[in-house]
Amino acid sequence: MAKTQIALTVNGRREEALVEPRTLLVHFLREQLNLTGAHIGCDTSHCGACTVDLDGKSVKSCTVFAVQANGAEIRTIEGMANPDGTLHALQEGFREMHGLQCGFCTPGMIMRAHRLLQENPSPTEEEIRFGIAGNLCRCTGYQNIVKAIQYAAARLAGTPFQEAAE
Amino acid sequence: MIPGPFAYHRPASLQDAVGLLSELGEDARPLAGGHSLIPMMKLRLASPAHLIDLAGIAGLKGLREDGGEIVIGATTTQQELVTSDLVAGKLPILRETSLTIADPQVRYLGTLGGNVANGDPGNDMPAVMLALDATYEIAGKSGTRRLAARAFYQSAYVTALAPGEILTAVRIKVPPAGHGYAYEKLKRKVGDYATAAAAVVLTIGGGKVASCAIGLTNLAETPLYAEEASRIIAGSALDDATVRKAVAAAEAITAPASDGRGPAHYRTKMAGVMLARALARAKARAA
Repeated sequence: MAKTQIALTVNGRREEALVEPRTLLVHFLREQLNLTGAHIGCDTSHCGACTVDLDGKSVKSCTVFAVQANGAEIRTIEGMANPDGTLHALQEGFREMHGLQCGFCTPGMIMRAHRLLQENPSPTEEEIRFGIAGNLCRCTGYQNIVKAIQYAAARLAGTPFQEAAE
Repeated sequence: MIPGPFAYHRPASLQDAVGLLSELGEDARPLAGGHSLIPMMKLRLASPAHLIDLAGIAGLKGLREDGGEIVIGATTTQQELVTSDLVAGKLPILRETSLTIADPQVRYLGTLGGNVANGDPGNDMPAVMLALDATYEIAGKSGTRRLAARAFYQSAYVTALAPGEILTAVRIKVPPAGHGYAYEKLKRKVGDYATAAAAVVLTIGGGKVASCAIGLTNLAETPLYAEEASRIIAGSALDDATVRKAVAAAEAITAPASDGRGPAHYRTKMAGVMLARALARAKARAA
């Protein structure tokens, strides 16, 4: 099948590539751009491990064709750290609050949480849980993931993080 | 999982899209949000030779008010419905329903047009369209037509869309201010299709129900317009005995499958439970 030329911006870098129309965005990112942060978990649009930010939307990159992303602006976990190499507040939150155990879901969780905080900078616990409902974690029971996102929300707002009493 | 090969088309106008669809025939499928079609293609349950991406057609997107109607372009996403002030103010049942569909990532891409046109009995919006008595705008090579949602669904994945036609917009008469509404959905987990779900839109005047329309999701091969149950509620004071009669009438028209969501008789009973809850919530909201 003839390949299609696409041009898009990934983590601020302009990329041009030839792709088969059937190439999924997650395969394009992982195999052609060597950005392996977006993980293939369930491969059926459920688990959210492949979540990336596409033109201001959280999307499951296993359910988007790379050709659909032609002209788009994409951000992946590789583009989250600050320019000076220090961790983004979300990355720091996941470390400080033990928001991961095996880490498989973490890139997707962080990319989803990033968009959630863009839209709602000070979410309630319930809003966080509803907002990450498309991301599955099989290790943590979500408690510390929620705390990690609360930590990041506080950091980004410049306020001290107050851990809720259990 | 990798889909079969296909040729990708991205027409810039509806006319071009319809032209391509009729020229390429059965080998072509329109692509909107892709969150039903792409999973099917990955499982090789669908292998279209051509995909016609509707994303480049500006006229298919967006919401507007037109006289007493709200017109929603087919490629308007669930997320756009959730965040629309027009929807929140005048058609709040759409927002409530969208929020029960799948998860945030799917709602960013999944479209209203795809949800209503796919003909999947598990989709939530069709029953709401039946309750709202929505009208679908359909474009084909020989022109455009309008069809009532209540005449659209024929069987599972079989609709009144002819080959080469695209559903382009949904038109909904704005319900009166102060109407009551509810979409009650029983599901096993986030992202699941309904075990049973009920949509209710009603108006109340002088303590009595002035009008009522009920739709049911995933309880038969098609979404169901519960006409008899709606008629029983209309004119009543929504007293317990009337609600019980309406619930029985609604349960009687269901024909659900026995599957992972439960045996058929359970799902029928859950349809009744969802309807009773939706009626109570709609009543509480009606002014």
